Amino acid sequence: MSETTEQKKPAGRRKFELDPRLASYKGVWVFVEHERGVAHPVSWELMGEGRKLADKLGVPLAGVVMGAPGIQTRRFCQEAFHYGADLCYLMEDPLLGDYRNQPFTKGLTDLVNAYEPEILLLGATTLGRDLAGSVATTLQTGLTADCTELNIDMENRSLAATRPTFGGSLLCTIVTLNYRPQMATVRPRVMGMPKKDETRSGSITEHPLGMIETDIVTKVIEYIPDNLAGKPQLPFADIIVAGGRGMKRPENFQLIWDLAKVLGAEVGATRPVVQAGWVDLERQVGQSGKTVRPKLYIAAGISGAIQHRVGMEGSDVIIAINSDPNAPIFDFATYGIVGNAMQILPALTDAFRQQLATAKVAV
Amino acid sequence: MHIVVCIKQVPDSAQIRVHPVTNTIMRQGVPAIVNPYDLFSLEEALRLKDEFGGRVTVLCMGPPQAEAALRKAISFGADDAILVTDRAFAGSDTLATSFALASAIRKIQEDMPVDIVFAGKQTIDGDTAQVGPGIAKRMDLQLLTYVSKIVDLDLDKREITLHRRAEGGVQVLQTKLPCLITMLEGSNEMRFATMPNMFRAARYPLKQWDKDAAGIEDVAKIGLKGSPTIVSKVFAPQPKSQRAEIIDCESREPKDLAVTLLAKLFTRYPNLAEEIGKANA
Repeated sequence: MSETTEQKKPAGRRKFELDPRLASYKGVWVFVEHERGVAHPVSWELMGEGRKLADKLGVPLAGVVMGAPGIQTRRFCQEAFHYGADLCYLMEDPLLGDYRNQPFTKGLTDLVNAYEPEILLLGATTLGRDLAGSVATTLQTGLTADCTELNIDMENRSLAATRPTFGGSLLCTIVTLNYRPQMATVRPRVMGMPKKDETRSGSITEHPLGMIETDIVTKVIEYIPDNLAGKPQLPFADIIVAGGRGMKRPENFQLIWDLAKVLGAEVGATRPVVQAGWVDLERQVGQSGKTVRPKLYIAAGISGAIQHRVGMEGSDVIIAINSDPNAPIFDFATYGIVGNAMQILPALTDAFRQQLATAKVAV
Repeated sequence: MHIVVCIKQVPDSAQIRVHPVTNTIMRQGVPAIVNPYDLFSLEEALRLKDEFGGRVTVLCMGPPQAEAALRKAISFGADDAILVTDRAFAGSDTLATSFALASAIRKIQEDMPVDIVFAGKQTIDGDTAQVGPGIAKRMDLQLLTYVSKIVDLDLDKREITLHRRAEGGVQVLQTKLPCLITMLEGSNEMRFATMPNMFRAARYPLKQWDKDAAGIEDVAKIGLKGSPTIVSKVFAPQPKSQRAEIIDCESREPKDLAVTLLAKLFTRYPNLAEEIGKANA
């Protein structure tokens, strides 16, 4: 018990009274991240989550859009409305064309100080984490990274942000009681995508950045887009076949590839398998890898440790194959097969192949 | 050139176990290691030192036993090591930690100005990636996170050019010193400790700074008091309300299991067959 009670004490001892200056902070904000004319999907996933929080609190939901002046940037405001925002704060400036920490930190900090939101959410992307850490430090407020669940503690109207802790073995809920805004980041694909409603609209509040290029020390010399051809796109895959340490030997991983090929699926893996060099880092699913939400996830020789679970439990259907009937993966999978993955995978591959052949004939 | 590298001692998370009954962390016997992400930053700092000369100081905040992490860094080739340790730091969140480390770096600067601060991209125990940006903000350093490559360093112009990983590509950035850099994993490979450095690490008179030595006057900014975030609850993940439906047939032949599973799967989720067909097309 010691660890748990130790962790609980501080909250109990502290005062919940919010500084009157901060009590006026109202509303939920979602930072709308975009690059090269495309909004990052995590922004809309957060918008869906922000909508729920705003409704619980009975406050408006706002999108924050920062970028170079133009139709493209303004289009993100409309998209924010479609995904649930009531209003948008828009900061247009040529200096915001590329992401740079300095102008974005100033811009977002200025917006917070001017319009005082109680909650500010950002995607846990390379941009979001860079920006959130700087803004939280400037505002001297609390920031909870990589949340897997967001809720409102109605007792004191505070944001209860849950995230994995101790390397993912446990979950903890973190609150920021005496500071505003309460900031949190969420990784892409952890939350589901909300439905788009193109009839929705809202109001736009514009705010200037108030900087000139010579104020900014860092220059962007070039942007080299990734060559995505041939790269696995796990976060948006509909079907994933993944293997863990229970596959025993790197050669056995071929059975995973075989099934994936028949299903037109991506191949995923647990951290130990990636660390052993059996598959590329890009295929790692879990807390320190990718978060995925496929329609079908087949896990072979994966025990289902929380590190892996947080990365894939959003899957619609999970089929688990494990020789240990007590493996934690059977606690949250849809179907379980207790048995030797090396024998069951080829049988599954055959069964799916036949099923597909029959389906084609039927068409 | 003077480089400060911030490192953290962390429990090897791969070996952490949770007590099945009490849901508490079983720390006994879990080895402490240097946060693996910090090693990419330390190696990059050592490479800059190899090329341009100067000194590398490693800085760590933690309990007294964290000195092992600093000695490890000395064995790799760091010149100096400072452990910032004080009971007053207990319970610090990332905001309070960045305050303490920034104060310590300012103190280090009194002896020798600092050109570059390196920090780990994130730690494997907290995973927040917030302390690096926090230090940069507090010290007004240019912040460069997720750096995959340092292309050029011009000490006369005090200019650095590097590659930074962005979501859909790589940014080539040029900025001025002083700056704070966090290196991306896999961007380099940590060298082996040499025998003379290992001896040096064992004998090295490690500096231990308490909060006063680190130049911290305002105790309201450190420890629990200086931490806006509060852990309200620690708990083990709940199993879903329903356990998996275990596919079991009497013969237990793999083929029968597979066929039974598919029949159940496509009866309950008829759309899946279509999805698989689409993925195949």
